[in-house]
Amino acid sequence: MTTSSFPQPTDRRDRLLFVLCAISTLVVVALLLLLTVSTVLKAVPALPSLTQALTETNWAPLSGQFGMLAMIVGSLTVSLLALSLAAPLALILAAWLALYSPPLLRAPLRTLYELMAGIPSVVYGLWGLILLVPLVNQLAPPGASLLSAAIVVALMILPYGVLLIDSRLQSVPLTARQAALAAGLPRFAMFRAVYWPMTRDGAVKAMVLQFGRAIGETMAVLMVAGNVVALPDSVLAPVRTLTANIALEMGYADDGHRAMLYLSGVLLLLVAMLTMALVRRNP
Amino acid sequence: MTIRLAGLTLPGRSALSDGLAKSIGALLSLSLTGLLFALLMTLIWQGANQLSPDFLLSAPQAGGRTGGINSILVSTAMILLVCLAALVPLGLASAILVTQWLASGSFPERITSYSMDVLSAVPSIVFALFGYQFFAITLGLGFSILAGGLTLACMSLPLMIRGTEQALRGVPNELHQASNALGLSTSGMLWKVLLPSARHGIAAAIILSIGRALAETAVLLFTAGYVLRMPSSVMDSGRTLSVHIYDLAMHVPGGEQRAAATAIVLVSLIILINLAVHRLLRTSEVSHAR
Repeated sequence: MTTSSFPQPTDRRDRLLFVLCAISTLVVVALLLLLTVSTVLKAVPALPSLTQALTETNWAPLSGQFGMLAMIVGSLTVSLLALSLAAPLALILAAWLALYSPPLLRAPLRTLYELMAGIPSVVYGLWGLILLVPLVNQLAPPGASLLSAAIVVALMILPYGVLLIDSRLQSVPLTARQAALAAGLPRFAMFRAVYWPMTRDGAVKAMVLQFGRAIGETMAVLMVAGNVVALPDSVLAPVRTLTANIALEMGYADDGHRAMLYLSGVLLLLVAMLTMALVRRNP
Repeated sequence: MTIRLAGLTLPGRSALSDGLAKSIGALLSLSLTGLLFALLMTLIWQGANQLSPDFLLSAPQAGGRTGGINSILVSTAMILLVCLAALVPLGLASAILVTQWLASGSFPERITSYSMDVLSAVPSIVFALFGYQFFAITLGLGFSILAGGLTLACMSLPLMIRGTEQALRGVPNELHQASNALGLSTSGMLWKVLLPSARHGIAAAIILSIGRALAETAVLLFTAGYVLRMPSSVMDSGRTLSVHIYDLAMHVPGGEQRAAATAIVLVSLIILINLAVHRLLRTSEVSHAR
């Protein structure tokens, strides 16, 4: 790239361009600040009842009961279950794609995963509603449940996981691959001895990112989780997540209630910052 | 004969694992592909009989139970246009600053990169809370196409900037050296060399952002709203394809078939966008390889 000495444009047009670009970038940086500040400010009125919100399970906004624990548990269980379904599958699929698959199939398969990653979450939700929920309903009513939500979310994060791990596997240096080939290692041993040690950190980061996406997912979960505010006693019980709760109640919330919803937004923002901090940590 | 290497016993055990890994991987890839087709087939099975030119061209009636989706297509297009009008200049300018003027590892570069990473991880429903508070209430835009499009632009910015950055960084070094040797100013180099040479990559970044914006639902619920009427200006509330699918599936009894039909339209658009991005990125690779 260019020799970027920070910043000393001399030409007049260069200076104008620099100022315009700098303003745009400031807007982008300020956006995060603005988003954080405005969400936190709206949540301030709810802060006195933070302990109640984090430790109690009775959510009855009309009578001033704002216990969010059941929804926090809902968010965590859906995301963790989805992640534990998707992570091993993503690893196997990516390893197969990079080491075993017929080379002719690789490009089409990658395109297919990219397509899956691009399908809107409402469409996954609709599919869950039409096919999955009736299926789970035969196991145990009502069908709209923690399990249905976790399966749909797992399906949504799986293609991203495969693509991220696959790109890590592809970036294993050619010399290391050649050495492994020259040693006459079978593919599986190649994977364990050469590829995996070089991609493990990346794979873990990819999964942390996907956990963040799972916990932030709104529409698909809203459509198949059942949205009952209660601690789930099994994977077949309906749950409500923090995200679904915001989507369901923002429309009619009054002031105190709305502050509570913004407070759950702050919690989600904290999770996003935490996952990013983990992902950005140096290898 | 067994050879010990890097703690692995070869070939006996590994040959077996090899065969196992190969078949399990193949089976899983096949089932995932099958699942995607099942998903698309479900949509077609439920929605195809609702589709017709009339469905695209007529106005929705009875909450979408009958009639078509013409006002929804118009609202979707308007929201996308508002989004792009904010997204493209901001994204392009920020990517230019980051690639041309910010030294990697410097404080401004790190803070920009951190902001973009966190923004890309913020859940869409939090963007909805922000957009409602900032655009709809503080700026007084109300539930409008303008508020929805601007909130969408905020959400898509990291994707747009990263994509443009990559396109600009992908320009071969010789072109930089040649323009430096000619004594071109940075702006001259940008207009005459970098942007023309990176245009396919930049177009791909824009189209990718459109795809992301088209897929979004949660952000729009409390910013653009879900009014079904044909919008007459950007200050009107408007319903996008994705919001329509949600509303039909969840709030309209027996609306699933109409939801599936709308989903076929939306997924077809997304597939077209994917193909376009592939095409553009391939062209840019080919033209750089020459």
